Amino acid sequence: MKGIAYFPGCSLKDTAKDFETSARAVMEALGLPLVELERWNCCGTVYSLAADDLMHQLASMRDLIRTQEMGEPEVVAACAMCYNTLKRVSLRVNADVEARDKMNAFMNKETDYEGSIEVRHLLEILRDRIGWERVSERVTQPLDGLAVAPYYGCTLVRPREAGIDDPDAPTVMRDLIEALGATAVPFPFATECCGSYQVVDRRDLVIERSDRVVRSARRAHAQVIVTSCPLCQHNLEQAQQELGGETIPVLYFTQLVAAAFGVEAGELPAAITARPAAAGETGRGN
Amino acid sequence: MEDNKSVQLFIMGKAYQVPAGLTIMDAMEYAGYRFVRGAGCRSGFCGACATVYRKAGEYRLEFALACQEMVEDGMYLTQLPFTPAPRSEYALETLDPRENVLLQYYPEVARCVSCNTCTKSCPQDIEVMDYIQAALRGDVAKTAELSFDCIQCGLCTMRCPADIKHYHVAQLARRLYGRYQSPVPEHLTDRLEEIAAGTFDGEIEEMMAMSLDDLKRRYAKRTIEEGSE
Repeated sequence: MKGIAYFPGCSLKDTAKDFETSARAVMEALGLPLVELERWNCCGTVYSLAADDLMHQLASMRDLIRTQEMGEPEVVAACAMCYNTLKRVSLRVNADVEARDKMNAFMNKETDYEGSIEVRHLLEILRDRIGWERVSERVTQPLDGLAVAPYYGCTLVRPREAGIDDPDAPTVMRDLIEALGATAVPFPFATECCGSYQVVDRRDLVIERSDRVVRSARRAHAQVIVTSCPLCQHNLEQAQQELGGETIPVLYFTQLVAAAFGVEAGELPAAITARPAAAGETGRGN
Repeated sequence: MEDNKSVQLFIMGKAYQVPAGLTIMDAMEYAGYRFVRGAGCRSGFCGACATVYRKAGEYRLEFALACQEMVEDGMYLTQLPFTPAPRSEYALETLDPRENVLLQYYPEVARCVSCNTCTKSCPQDIEVMDYIQAALRGDVAKTAELSFDCIQCGLCTMRCPADIKHYHVAQLARRLYGRYQSPVPEHLTDRLEEIAAGTFDGEIEEMMAMSLDDLKRRYAKRTIEEGSE
């Protein structure tokens, strides 16, 4: 197969279509296209922490089976929450034969999971498979002068065994931002939780937490925040809408890459398209 | 058909000897049951006769339409003639299928854990879990397509550990698809205009006046396609 097996997740098909469009465009441009699993289901959204709660791990294991059925050794997710859930289930069922056997037995008359699929996040693929140098080479519209705050949140880096980077001081998005010619702005709330799915019934709590993240990025003079999680994106946007005042766009990292590559992937905020450095770019590159 | 043999059947726990080669529905009637519910078209289309059973020596619960499934010796069964699953109220013409309407009207769809029990309970062999997953991500067209053969027997809904009302979700998806997404059939629009304009009134009146035998003869000699006899 040319490309890499890809698990989109529900949000990327619904509320976060920009994430999917830009992720596909970017990987196509890098010569490693995302090939969507022929069949897939919701990952389960959150990893169940109860050790004997195998029922809530079935969804992710099923997606590992779908990957296995395509003859692929690994599957990549762009959504950080999907990645986290799939990854943690894979760690459990790849190692715990008893749990795997029990789940396979429950799913009788269906394909057994053999326990060998690796789950990756798209940022890992960019860092480890493509490399920052090749990312830089593909840039046609360098994002010179653009101050970008990399917001990791939780699910990309925690817990340590499932994370793709140092849980306290991650660098993967900083390195990506710099490979695109932009300036990565460090800010103290980069790995704080936005409040996540508490937004469903503890909205005030989430608005407060998300607002702290946004203000922290703004104090560091960021013009744009990038994230890899549709829920973080939603929460940070909601907090700004609800509290009013000056806003700062929250983008998916793939949208930033698409802008730097000059590939068409939907609308971009004025912070990118109308920045002073972009004015002279017309007619240059792609 | 092994019409000289009989099989033993357990209907709600009570043993009956019935001739082999009957459907579950026929066997139940043979045993003395009279259907006031749980029977409809008797042809596998209406979904009224949902039945659950276990075969002798099998741990697994099986699902069928009583009018379609043949009895087997040692079968242990009951009918589920009704599924308590009220449909959500909606006005189709006011809905916007670009939003995740399916999730708005049936939020329990988000409780799906992908156990696939629904699919295994479907007598129509529909990929029920896959269409619920399509509904979860707002894919109305896929939900409509995958659920097309649903006859609304309700077995998926009775079995679901997440209390999803699958067949109502699927019905809403097909309605949305039909109203907003499927291509407009131009030939149908044209034909409706012809009917309204009275193009066929003469022929209809002529046929209404014919005797039954003449009507049968005319039916047998009808032109199915232009150019064919």
